[in-house]
Amino acid sequence: MSATPNDTLAAIRTQVMWNRLISVVEEQAQALLRTAFGSVAREAGDLSAGVYDTHGQMLAQAVTGTPGHVNTMAVAVSHFLDRYPLNSLVPGDVLVTNDPWLGTGHLFDFVVVTPVFRGAQPVAIFASTCHTIDVGGRGFSAEAGSVYEEGTCIPHLKLVRAGVLNEDLMAVIQANSRNPVEVRGDILSLVSSNDVGARRLLDMMQEFSLGSIDALADHILAESGRAAREAIARLPDGQWQATMDLDGYDAPVALKATLRKQGDRLTVDYAGSSAASARGINSPKCYTDAYSVFGLKCLIAPDVPNNAASLAPFEVLAPEGSIVHPLRPSPVTARHVIGQMLPDLMFGCLEQALDGQVPAESAGSIWVLAMNRDARHGTPFNVMSVGVGGTGARPTKDGLSTTAFPSGVGGIPVEITEAQSPLVFWHKEYLADSAGAGRWRGGLAQRIVIGARDDAPFECSAATFDRRDNAARGRQGGQPGAPGRVEVEHPDGTCHAFRGKGAIPVPAGGRLRVDLPGGGGFGPPVQRDAQREDADRRNGLISRSSS
Amino acid sequence: MSSSSSASPPPASCRLAADIGGTFTDVVLETPQRRYSCKVLTTPREPEVAVMDGIARLLRESGITPAGIGLFIHGTTLATNALIERKGARTALLTTEGLRDVLDMGHEKRFDAYDLNIEGPAALVPRPWRYAVSERIAADGSVLRPLDEDGVRRAGEAMREAGIEAVAIGFIHAWAYPDHEQRARELLRTILGERVTICLSSEVCPEIREYERLSTTVANAYVRPLMGGYLLRLQERLQATGLTCPLLLMMSGGGLTTLDQAARFPIRLVESGPAGGAILAAHLARECGLDKVLAFDMGGTTAKICLINNGEPERSRRFEIGRVWKNLKGSGLPVRIPVIELVEIGAGGGSLGRVDAMRRITVGPDSCGSEPGPASYGRGGTMPAVTDANLVLGRLDPDRFAGSALRLDRARAEQALREHVGQPLAMDAFWSAAGMSEVVEENMANAARVHAIERGQDLDGFTMIAFGGAAPLHAGRLAQKLGIRRVLIPSGAGVGSAIGFLRAPIAFEVVGSELRPLVRMEPAAIERRLQAMQEQALSVVAPASAGAPLEITRLAELRYAGQGHELRVRMPAAREGAITRETLQGLGERFEQAYENVYGLRIPGCEVEVVTWSVTVSTPTPPAQVAHLAPADAARAPEATRECWEAAAGARQPFGLHWRFDLQARDAVQGPALVAEDETTVVVPAGWRAQLDSHGHLRMEVAA
Repeated sequence: MSATPNDTLAAIRTQVMWNRLISVVEEQAQALLRTAFGSVAREAGDLSAGVYDTHGQMLAQAVTGTPGHVNTMAVAVSHFLDRYPLNSLVPGDVLVTNDPWLGTGHLFDFVVVTPVFRGAQPVAIFASTCHTIDVGGRGFSAEAGSVYEEGTCIPHLKLVRAGVLNEDLMAVIQANSRNPVEVRGDILSLVSSNDVGARRLLDMMQEFSLGSIDALADHILAESGRAAREAIARLPDGQWQATMDLDGYDAPVALKATLRKQGDRLTVDYAGSSAASARGINSPKCYTDAYSVFGLKCLIAPDVPNNAASLAPFEVLAPEGSIVHPLRPSPVTARHVIGQMLPDLMFGCLEQALDGQVPAESAGSIWVLAMNRDARHGTPFNVMSVGVGGTGARPTKDGLSTTAFPSGVGGIPVEITEAQSPLVFWHKEYLADSAGAGRWRGGLAQRIVIGARDDAPFECSAATFDRRDNAARGRQGGQPGAPGRVEVEHPDGTCHAFRGKGAIPVPAGGRLRVDLPGGGGFGPPVQRDAQREDADRRNGLISRSSS
Repeated sequence: MSSSSSASPPPASCRLAADIGGTFTDVVLETPQRRYSCKVLTTPREPEVAVMDGIARLLRESGITPAGIGLFIHGTTLATNALIERKGARTALLTTEGLRDVLDMGHEKRFDAYDLNIEGPAALVPRPWRYAVSERIAADGSVLRPLDEDGVRRAGEAMREAGIEAVAIGFIHAWAYPDHEQRARELLRTILGERVTICLSSEVCPEIREYERLSTTVANAYVRPLMGGYLLRLQERLQATGLTCPLLLMMSGGGLTTLDQAARFPIRLVESGPAGGAILAAHLARECGLDKVLAFDMGGTTAKICLINNGEPERSRRFEIGRVWKNLKGSGLPVRIPVIELVEIGAGGGSLGRVDAMRRITVGPDSCGSEPGPASYGRGGTMPAVTDANLVLGRLDPDRFAGSALRLDRARAEQALREHVGQPLAMDAFWSAAGMSEVVEENMANAARVHAIERGQDLDGFTMIAFGGAAPLHAGRLAQKLGIRRVLIPSGAGVGSAIGFLRAPIAFEVVGSELRPLVRMEPAAIERRLQAMQEQALSVVAPASAGAPLEITRLAELRYAGQGHELRVRMPAAREGAITRETLQGLGERFEQAYENVYGLRIPGCEVEVVTWSVTVSTPTPPAQVAHLAPADAARAPEATRECWEAAAGARQPFGLHWRFDLQARDAVQGPALVAEDETTVVVPAGWRAQLDSHGHLRMEVAA
């Protein structure tokens, strides 16, 4: 059956418009990156942007962004529409929330949603999110006993009403933040990045004489859904299980996943995982879904674009009240401690289906170095830096050193953090012997040593410092990476290991020493290529014999 | 080789330009009467050989003697190639103790979220050659640890033993406080002697963010011995030939500099070829009175897009060298140097088409190059390239391609298209070709749009200037996609970059980071600082400018305090008086206006912060002779017609055929039409018309 010229032309146009949508959301994300205030958003890239059809189905997402945001935002928009049906909105309305269960998993992320109108007709929806620097409560810490202590929660509300900014709402948010100006700036950046996207979309509709993008949306969703299902179908049918032990807040956490594959559907079931923690390391279901699907998609369908349909054949089940499906009011600030470990758990399941093609475990969740001092102890400050360990060795390559996985965020320059605070990074270097040995070694971790130049004490939250008791495991005979470690160096020269996930007090003149976890190795160390081994030794990356 | 004829006394104003590219070295000679040009194969081992060969050819052809050449302008990708191929000097880094892995750690993030196999670029300096010494200056300038001078000496001894040829010194916060770097250089100099290159981060790239600053400094040190040696050899050869005129180098920022400065900061030469193209487009913009221009340069493997406002190309200080993983953003070495802001994408005549898992046609970024070349070259290529698609769509005449030097094989093109695009999608070769053409044009349009937003521009009202072999085939459709209604295709587009060198001003930019709220700054202190920067730039430009009047441009990069990205705002000229409190207020207001233009709103109550000052001293841009368009006669009758793909109509239509060299000034070509010339063909879309102006440029626009 050969297509007629008109059909063919229409098909080409549709494809062009699809590419255009992807570039529109990339423009939206770039605008956000360039205008965001918090350094975690603007330097490390903790943000996301996407476009949705009028039913709230995600059609395209920006390349710039991080999976935890992208895949949670994919469903967040439909929650907004439940509360504010599209026909109740008018041009110039903008919606907002930071509710962890309705947004992207913790109060720090504001999700801003802007319906786009062509005349009076709603045609699409833009959404964006970024990590803002402070929303009050206990700040960035896992110590809260409930979400009510974690900061200001903004339910689904109108942030802008027919073009007029809701200053009452902004006043509430600002009054509750330690960084009121930056929070305001970040929220306004989200609004303007959605506007950039909306303008481009309307230009495109004008150019292609479109009154609606419904037909385009149908095509995108049909093709992506088909491609995702075909990719899944290529796996053998079966059922696989994997488990993972983590340090947890005050008690070890066990994660257990069962992956079932039948035909063109995949189901993950977290039955058997630990109950929700009393402290803020719980991963709301939306965030659990996001990282589970991300991990699966990396191995099964990396080239299929992310949208509602390509995510749909992946189903995630989790018992209510578990650490991967906590219910309000469980605290969730450091939800990525659990959430960002899930891709490795998915890899553990898929290893059994794709023997020898799956990377070893990574350091996993990034260590957020949330450091602050209140005015009682000296010049106050509140800054956030990021510590990343090594990724797992790959079936044909070493792991990546000091590189975040699965998170898409990166490091923050030392000079930027030091210019914003009295902190001094005395040390930030590769940590020898931190990589798991193997035919391919894991990625190296780093040691970071931080003091304050004004000889006053400060605190750092250990909320996200996991893999101190449970190293990243190797695969196919590879060795585990080194576990993480935290010590406080006192001015008298003594050193004390810090355990737990609370606030680490660093005394005046003292220093915080953080050893990040390394990535696991792949394959037996005896099969390591001698030249690579020599090179690592010459470079001072290993000191011991690995075989 | 040289002509001994004493035909004419040397005209003083003859000028030479040479652009060394990866494949070809282009040489252009301009006399007051006319222009001569040639392409010579590049000689990578001794690049000066091709340059001298091309010069000899043009001197012979023109009958001009070496003494008749008043100026020689040179651009080269040698530094870029040395960096990409890792063929630079044995380079060491002296850095702050505790932070010696900055070059390896980079941004600590993956540049592709889903690809588990990515790899970043290897650092230019291996770990054993990264020497750490005890020293520390804080962000506020206080010295937390003095420089360990013995430690520096020990590092110097070790470097000498390791046979180090170049040293980069990069200490934390040296962007603002260079004292330790300067002292370390003195100490190393006594140990390593004069032959070893030493570069300071505080001189090469005095900007905050340690990774970018060190990466730039190391890259500069890495290519400096090589470039210094090459430039000296070239100068000797030129002088031996009797070419004693001044030699100036084209920089990636679009200005010219002296041999001496080029040898000190060779990293500033990396993108000189594309910069030349942009400079040419800027000159054409002035000639033709165009205030908003999109320059579109499309060759065999890549397309470059650059925005030119009021005859000035957009500039920035971010560039990435050698993207090692699928040409992805983030997979190259970042350098912070003045560059002409352009976006380069893998879309050229040789870019290959195929179908992906979503049954979407993709084109590029990989290219077939000249070997094996597109399928239609008949040299063993089996994948369909953009050139094959253009042939099948009827845009290229198989018998007249590349001045009839190469006969294109249509049957092979059709077969490649059917096999790799048509079969998976149930399309014939023609529709497959139409799909590829649309996709490559859409890719370029998307890159242009994203680029425009990154630069805060709206393409409405822009004119496109298109050059490079493949650009005229796609310019019309690209313009339609971008909402651009006018396109200009210049004469002599094939050697555009070298011609551009001849249009560049002699210029040098000095930058310095600041990072302070505007309102809390002392106007007199800023004035002193900018004056010092101005003196530094003057000392480079004045000796080379032959007494020409000099222009001084002051810019500030500003942002709301707490943001991470800046907007460039022009400051009042120095001659308008010293900086006052009012100047600073005005600067803040201009920033907020620019911010509102780009992002649609202001952020009241937020302090405006200065991040970087920039002072550029430059000779005036050469005056442009205004081009005229004669009133057009009735539409010119085509020589013949050919069935061809009309993209906007989405159908085959008969296109009128015209030969560019037959066109007269009053001839109006009515689209759909093809205007063929030796190396390419201009596609005039339906509903557009084209006419030559008084400079021989083809002007194309939407018919009223």
